[in-house]
Amino acid sequence: MTMQQLYLLVPTVPLVASIVVGLWGRHLPRAAAHWITTLAVAVSFVASAVIYRDVMAGNTFNGDVYTWAVTGGVKMAIGFLIDPLTAIMLIVVTFVSLMVHVYTIGYMADDDGYARFFSYICLFTFSMLMLVMSNNFLQLFFGWEAVGLVSYLLIGFWFRRPTAIYANLKAFLANRVGDFGFILGIGLVLAWAGSLDYAEVFAKAPSLAGATIDLWGSAEWSLLTVTCICLFVGAMGKSAQVPLHVWLPDSMEGPTPISALIHAATMVTAGIFMVARMSPLFELSDTALSVVTVIGATGALFLGILGIVQNDIKRVVAYSTLSQLGYMTVALGVSAYPAAIFHLMTHAFFKALLFLGAGSVIIAMHHEQDLRRMGGLRRYMPVTYWTMLIGSLALCGVPPFAGFFSKDAIIEAAHLAGIAGHTYAYWAVTAGVFVTAFYTFRMMFLAFHGAPRFEAGGHAGHGHDDHHAGPPRESPWVVTAPLVLLAIPSVYTGWTYIEPMLLGDFFGNSIVVRPEHRALWEFKNEWHGVGAFVQHGVLSLPFWLAIGGIAAAWYLYIAKPELPARIAARLSGLQTVLVNNYYFDAFNAWFFAGGARRIGGLFAHVGDGKVIEGIVNGSARLVGWTAALLRQLQSGYVYQYAFTMIIGLFALLTWWVIR
Amino acid sequence: MAPTMTPYLSLAIWVPILAGVAVLVLGRDADAAKARWTALAGALAGFLVTIPLYTHFDATTSAMQFGERREWIPYFDIHYHLGVDGISVLFVLLNSFTTLLVVWAGWECIKVRVAQYMAAFLIMSGLINGAFAALDAILFYVFFEAMLIPMYLIIGIWGGERRVYAAIKFFLYTLLGSLLMLVAFIYLYQKSGSFALQDWFVLPLALDTQVLLFAAFFAAFAVKVPMWPVHTWLPDAHPEAPTGGSVVLAAITLKIGAYGFVRFILPILPDASHALAGFVIALSLIAVVYIGFVALVQTDMKRLIAYSSISHMGFVTLGFFLFSAQGAEGALAQMISHGFVSAAMFLCVGVLYDRMHTHLIADFGGVANTMPKFAAFVMLFSMANAGLPATSGFVGEFLVILAAVKFNFWIAFLAATSLVLGAAYTLWMYKRVIYGDVANANVAALTDLNRREFWLLATLAAAVLIMGVWPRPFIDVMHVSVTDLLAHVAKSKL
Repeated sequence: MTMQQLYLLVPTVPLVASIVVGLWGRHLPRAAAHWITTLAVAVSFVASAVIYRDVMAGNTFNGDVYTWAVTGGVKMAIGFLIDPLTAIMLIVVTFVSLMVHVYTIGYMADDDGYARFFSYICLFTFSMLMLVMSNNFLQLFFGWEAVGLVSYLLIGFWFRRPTAIYANLKAFLANRVGDFGFILGIGLVLAWAGSLDYAEVFAKAPSLAGATIDLWGSAEWSLLTVTCICLFVGAMGKSAQVPLHVWLPDSMEGPTPISALIHAATMVTAGIFMVARMSPLFELSDTALSVVTVIGATGALFLGILGIVQNDIKRVVAYSTLSQLGYMTVALGVSAYPAAIFHLMTHAFFKALLFLGAGSVIIAMHHEQDLRRMGGLRRYMPVTYWTMLIGSLALCGVPPFAGFFSKDAIIEAAHLAGIAGHTYAYWAVTAGVFVTAFYTFRMMFLAFHGAPRFEAGGHAGHGHDDHHAGPPRESPWVVTAPLVLLAIPSVYTGWTYIEPMLLGDFFGNSIVVRPEHRALWEFKNEWHGVGAFVQHGVLSLPFWLAIGGIAAAWYLYIAKPELPARIAARLSGLQTVLVNNYYFDAFNAWFFAGGARRIGGLFAHVGDGKVIEGIVNGSARLVGWTAALLRQLQSGYVYQYAFTMIIGLFALLTWWVIR
Repeated sequence: MAPTMTPYLSLAIWVPILAGVAVLVLGRDADAAKARWTALAGALAGFLVTIPLYTHFDATTSAMQFGERREWIPYFDIHYHLGVDGISVLFVLLNSFTTLLVVWAGWECIKVRVAQYMAAFLIMSGLINGAFAALDAILFYVFFEAMLIPMYLIIGIWGGERRVYAAIKFFLYTLLGSLLMLVAFIYLYQKSGSFALQDWFVLPLALDTQVLLFAAFFAAFAVKVPMWPVHTWLPDAHPEAPTGGSVVLAAITLKIGAYGFVRFILPILPDASHALAGFVIALSLIAVVYIGFVALVQTDMKRLIAYSSISHMGFVTLGFFLFSAQGAEGALAQMISHGFVSAAMFLCVGVLYDRMHTHLIADFGGVANTMPKFAAFVMLFSMANAGLPATSGFVGEFLVILAAVKFNFWIAFLAATSLVLGAAYTLWMYKRVIYGDVANANVAALTDLNRREFWLLATLAAAVLIMGVWPRPFIDVMHVSVTDLLAHVAKSKL
């Protein structure tokens, strides 16, 4: 098998599996549904690993699979670009997806939509692979929208729940607002580069650095700035950046495996990947990079703070995802693209782990998600506890876990950068470390430590079958094995990958950084090895903030558990704002959803109804006799009359023709 | 123009018409089965004779192909003159394909006057093919007007409660518009001494004359598309029309309006087209944005899809007046896609209507519980309606938006709002109708698709996906004709 065939294999095997299970799933045994899809993703994973080795050996590829259309002299194609950036994404996507497939066998065991669920997550894997393997903007957009579609389908998987079908519509529309910017960005790219092919566009970009575009009044806008900001709006939707982040917390309505796969590890990082892929464009616009930095930093700190007031275990992890996506975005903004991808990778492992762990807790608690009704679970489910502890330490940035390296790299890059807004970003991401450690260990202490706050004899109010009753117990191996397998990279990928990715030249030509954007270069100059980096790390502020956050959580939730309520009461104003997510949802519901309906109503009833129909019916009355005449014809024989007329007409026509 | 060996275009016109006549003659209400089978055979034959139009089509030339030309009324130099190029050929196929689906779709839903119903669709199909193939203005006019009659009858006889109002409104609206077009034809005949369209393409015309003619043509075609603000007949016609009527109305007859823009207005009046492009673009954008908002608040599924059609057709007229290959090819792709998607959406509503005799959104809820297969199809078509990539709905929207960015950023900005609006009104409807818990006893009693409905929707699903994944076979056919048309329009006639 040639490498090209292998590239083709990676996305097509999950696609075929998804179609087979999707179309015939209800006629297949349940085991067939999970075997077909899981094996398909396993094949993809193995193929990805082979590709990764091949790319590391220096073999890259850029070629088309087929031509989608040719119009106006522009060839639009489906094709693959295989380089280090793609290779690392392939590994992350297929590995996490494989873990989630295995986990789902246990998590969804009793669900009616078993086959449908496997079909969807397999389709998601295909879409995400197409996105990361693309060598052009068309396929990027295809993958972009396809992952959005599957996300929509999966958030609304339990479509009888009103909250789920509200959340999935909200997610799709918020993403579409992002796509609205994204498609304009792609349009601008095509307009100035005359191509949708990455290589051609990137080659042309430097020559357009000074080009301007007329948008508003006499001010001249840099073409590349406008383009990059439009593209970034797309990333804001998909990667849930302020103010388009509103859909992500609600997406927790979906089953937990997809929260791990889609809304933590892969799809939401598509925006990060996209900006990194577009580094040759973003590098040419400092304005765009500043926008990216500031928006990322805002999310990193302020959305993280919301994690503190969440009581739903999944929502804690969801807000932490928002915050971590902010970190990655800051890294992009300060031109430390490798640090963003590095954090994307480590985050994918430890965040998928945390979500799957949360899911394991949810199963054990008989679908109870409220942290206030948990406690002391450590004794009942040790594997879940220890793996989640590893994930939490990685998330907080405690050495030697993976998150320490990737997060510290971002903080240092923000510190060393020269771009406008980097100081704000530096303080935001630094303060964010304390917040992260605090809410993460608040969750850990509330769930696993202290006295149990649940009734061990079964759960009231839900009426589950006997199978569910009884005290919490450790989940089956199909659930815990993925936790263990995700815990391993959550530990070691930090110190093994920081050298090649940040200090070395892992990404080669796939990421472009201009010398003026010095963060990464200085980073390389400052540290020449892992040892120096760790040494510096444990002596610097972020490390102590992480420790402080954990200690604070311990103090408030273990040592003095009565304190948080009192603090909340004292700061009730702030508490209200936080519980209401800074009123983003209320504003959107009132302004956008309500406003659109009011405008629609106005146009429909006044514009169409009164004005246009008024004119039309007014004129109609003027020629009312015509209508009266026609009304006479409604005798039941109209059709015969009319058909006679037509036949006469055609008899005439025919006669003329034959004559 | 040398006549080809087989007169495929005449066959495309007359096979369905004669089949329709045969159905009328053979079909009795007592023996509806005979009418159905005769109609299906006729529709199938009508579709099969159009296939050579694609397989034998020479995509390397913009010349009219499969030409036929005979004298009809020599005194006025009127000819029975047919031919297709890369712009029109696909619509002949689309129309014949849709006719086949419609006959199949009406199989057991239509219980009264089956023969007349089937005959009306077959005859209309032939007439529409005639309009797409006519190269003589009077011949075009005859077909253009004659096709109103079957549609009028379809709405007026097999329609809903307010069918008479809707039918008359439809008839008067379109008739009044086309009368002005006839005046324009006569003027052009006096100027050129010919009714041949190809003579008119090269006829020099002063700008003020062109503008007047533009207004006359515009009246006929804008109503048919329909463009804002002459669109209000469509949302009234759809809810009253039977399912098949809605399908043909949305999938085909709207396309004739848009076809008029490319076949008449652009090549005959290039200078006026350039001068008035801003006007057409503005109306198109109003269609996209304003109508998008209107669609959001509709309470009737058919009205909602009708408004969504107007909004989608806004992309078509927008694409034509950007004067770029991507814009025009995107517009044509949008027309074909809308043929598939709107047909599918109306068929889906028809499936529900056949079971519950309502198309009000509020009467439904939780249909996915009782009709899972149907729910999956509706999801696919809804996504196509929202322009999701890998569905046909994406191709046209994407190309038109790309072309618009090049033309003017803010035009593209407004057009791209359909990404959000289209998703909002389509998926909000989906949420209320398909998702959720079973809303009432009627929904609980629903039965999933039968075999006929399943394969009907599966056929359209295949069309939607094939065109979305690989639009090249569609776009390559139009490419040379569009390029030459744009080159022609770029040259002044003053």
